[in-house]
Amino acid sequence: MEILLGLLDAISRWAIPVFLVGVPAVALARGVKIYPAFIEGAKDGLQVGLRIVPYLVAILAAVGAFRGAGAMDRFAAWLEPLLDPLGVPASVLPLFLVRPLSGSGATGLLAELIRSEGPDSLAARIGAVVNGSTETTFYVLAVYFGAIGITRYRHAIPAALAAEAAGIVASIVVVRLVFGG
Amino acid sequence: MGIVWFLLLALGLAAAMAGGDVEGFTKGALDGAGGAVTLAIGLVGMLALWSGLLRIAQEAGLTALLARAVAPLMRRLFPEVPKDHPAIAAMTLNMAANALGLGNAATPIGLDAMEKLQTLNQRRDTATDAMVLFLVINASSVQIVPATVVALRAAGGAAAPADVVGPTLLATLVSTVVGIAAAKILAPLWPQRAPALGVEP
Repeated sequence: MEILLGLLDAISRWAIPVFLVGVPAVALARGVKIYPAFIEGAKDGLQVGLRIVPYLVAILAAVGAFRGAGAMDRFAAWLEPLLDPLGVPASVLPLFLVRPLSGSGATGLLAELIRSEGPDSLAARIGAVVNGSTETTFYVLAVYFGAIGITRYRHAIPAALAAEAAGIVASIVVVRLVFGG
Repeated sequence: MGIVWFLLLALGLAAAMAGGDVEGFTKGALDGAGGAVTLAIGLVGMLALWSGLLRIAQEAGLTALLARAVAPLMRRLFPEVPKDHPAIAAMTLNMAANALGLGNAATPIGLDAMEKLQTLNQRRDTATDAMVLFLVINASSVQIVPATVVALRAAGGAAAPADVVGPTLLATLVSTVVGIAAAKILAPLWPQRAPALGVEP
């Protein structure tokens, strides 16, 4: 396990530098005009970046208003009695709700859980696993569909939320099994 | 999406009226809008860098090489995308980058994949089955090492900061499998050629 983790750590630190140098090196060897190719690609990237701005503004403003008004806290208070019998600490609940909406928000809540309950508490462990095993669904939706101008999402939201919910349930079950409590 | 968007705003306002924080509502909306632009500006430079590099990789035939390696899996997941279509190569690359935790690299490549999927789309404002499935796989995060989480735990003084890696991998696998199943099962309920007043979320 130690060796595997070390290897994974090395991959995540070296992958980008190796990619940044390796790709142009191979391309040069194959006779690609690398500089004009890069510029062409970068132009496309720039356009995509500008195209997603309105989609991001729409979703982040709505999420900001929802959280700022205290709707999130209210929601968490309602759900608390439901989760208590399942052995889920109430303190992780806000993290479950924030996770699909805001990546930095969820990271902030996890940091707070680690600080207040200790890094090896059940709540902080569940929070850590949820944070690592799920994504900021609504951000991904806004960016990916925004880039190509899709406004009819069809089943994307229910399917993505089903994945998110499954990730949360699996996190709770696995953490309780592995670490007890 | 319009309904979800409106619900977030309406529920926020309802909470504000029911003894919540009205100033917080306004501040949240304005900060969110400002934050979106800051976020996008940060993203633009990254997108340009990776898109440029990706173009080099494409012209050198590297992306096609990777795509051929995982073609059988991709063909089962995305049967409606022709097997030699450039979207397959871009999606493969995106998933590989995500698995390695290279989120910075994965997003631009993922957006490139979306643009390529869009070339197969008959209705340009409506997501195709392949787009939704690809998005759900992205949103369920198949990351091998949750670097941020491990770093946070280490900073908080955990006995073994990386001991959540195994459970995380298991949970992320469950969420990805459920996501793929949900995307496949739900697709016929939201037909792509739905009438204008359909059940669009």
